[in-house]
Amino acid sequence: MHSLYKEHILELYRNPENKHELENPTHTCREHNPLCGDDITLYLKIKDDIVVDASYTGVGCAITTASASLLTDSIKGKPVADVKKLGAKDIIELLGIEIGPVRIKCATIPLLATHNALEEKND
Amino acid sequence: MKKHFPLLSSNVIYLDSAATTQKPQVVIDAVKSYYETANANIHRGLYDLSIESTRRYDAARATIATFLNAQPKEIIFTSGTTAGLNLLASVLPAIIDGRNEIVLTELEHHANIIPWQELAKRNGMKIKYIRLTPELEIDYEHAHEIITENTAIVSFAHISNALGTIIDAKRLIHMAKQVGALSIIDAAQSIAHIHTDVKDLDCDFLVFSGHKAYGPTGIGVLYAKHDHLQRMPPYQFGGDMIKTVTFETATYADAPEKFEAGTPNIAGAIGLATALTFISKTGWDQIVEHDAKLMKILRERLDSNPDIKIYSPSSSTNILSFSIDKIHPHDVASILSERNVCVRAGHHCAMPLMHKLGVPGLCRVSIGIYNTPEDIDKLAEALERTKEVFA
Repeated sequence: MHSLYKEHILELYRNPENKHELENPTHTCREHNPLCGDDITLYLKIKDDIVVDASYTGVGCAITTASASLLTDSIKGKPVADVKKLGAKDIIELLGIEIGPVRIKCATIPLLATHNALEEKND
Repeated sequence: MKKHFPLLSSNVIYLDSAATTQKPQVVIDAVKSYYETANANIHRGLYDLSIESTRRYDAARATIATFLNAQPKEIIFTSGTTAGLNLLASVLPAIIDGRNEIVLTELEHHANIIPWQELAKRNGMKIKYIRLTPELEIDYEHAHEIITENTAIVSFAHISNALGTIIDAKRLIHMAKQVGALSIIDAAQSIAHIHTDVKDLDCDFLVFSGHKAYGPTGIGVLYAKHDHLQRMPPYQFGGDMIKTVTFETATYADAPEKFEAGTPNIAGAIGLATALTFISKTGWDQIVEHDAKLMKILRERLDSNPDIKIYSPSSSTNILSFSIDKIHPHDVASILSERNVCVRAGHHCAMPLMHKLGVPGLCRVSIGIYNTPEDIDKLAEALERTKEVFA
């Protein structure tokens, strides 16, 4: 079984990207996976239907952390419509590892938070 | 010992017996033999197969009764601990004489919390939780304060599945008796590690699951004092639990049949009896010594690692939970798995406890009769590698 813990995942865990609050976010959402204790708050700054800035705070395992870092990086500058279309497949591609059924929730929590933030559905 | 357990020939380092145990060949053979040579519905068949099936099933009940030092009529087969607790939460209101408090502990598994929460909601009852000491043992002073004349039920795990804390069962049962409250022991984690004599403990009820005692899944036991069973109304209705039935009404059988509607898990009951016999034959001295020896080695190895925080009290014998600084329990368990070491990580069906401890979850190691000092060594090595991966 290939390790989930490839170097880029670990590097992101040690030095996460975009792990901070946003000043004056236009959208936020907190998602919590009670099954394992991953707890992510996603912040977005949207202007003219474009994601101008994105960041997150929270506690999570290496998969969740890497996913949140990579996702927030990848949606900056993207139209909201495109971000809404992102799915689990895209997350798996971003992460570049084979994620089984047990850890998929870890990987997709940041995406769920992003989508819910866009719908303005808060916890 | 490992050679008795076919699954372990794959060299997996299985340290998650608290989740479920591996099965010895004799148990697998007993279930297989039943289906190959004696499978028939029990109790009413007049042909030889049914008679043999009934004989094995009744013998299983008797074996389990002897294991607990109870009477066969006090042994009710269930699908497991959770089912047993749900049964009790459902029917005990009929015999609690208007008392309206339930006492649990902060250590309890969801199965010993949620049925009571639902009962409390339905009947306007109140739940109180016995606190833990900073050492993660039960605060018996606090227990004494909250077990009162208003207490209907005191329900607690003999060994905590999340932390391994061992509760002084006799002490809590005594407190319950003093005020006339019913006592329930959740023996899921203790049944294979502590010699359990229900007469000596004098509990009113005890529940456990077969699959945590080297037996099959889908079978468990509810022990109850016979007097209680007489007064308790049935929980599920259908065949086998009746005396007579008309279109309008039915009269019910005595215990244990009264609480065993429908065709039971016959093969499971037979497998369970075989498993408990396996435990008895191994011998309690051997089991207790084995747990102590491995736990000692485990503690020594984990204590020597400064990044590891142990959450189990020093008195725990078969379960040890811990966290590693800066590494999420999920990641620890995943990396251990890459080295063929099986532990569990998460909230262990004890979310309120995890929340109280201020952790998202913990890693848990649990000892089974087949584990060896080498297994603990492999775990310790794997934990070292985990640190390196995240360094």
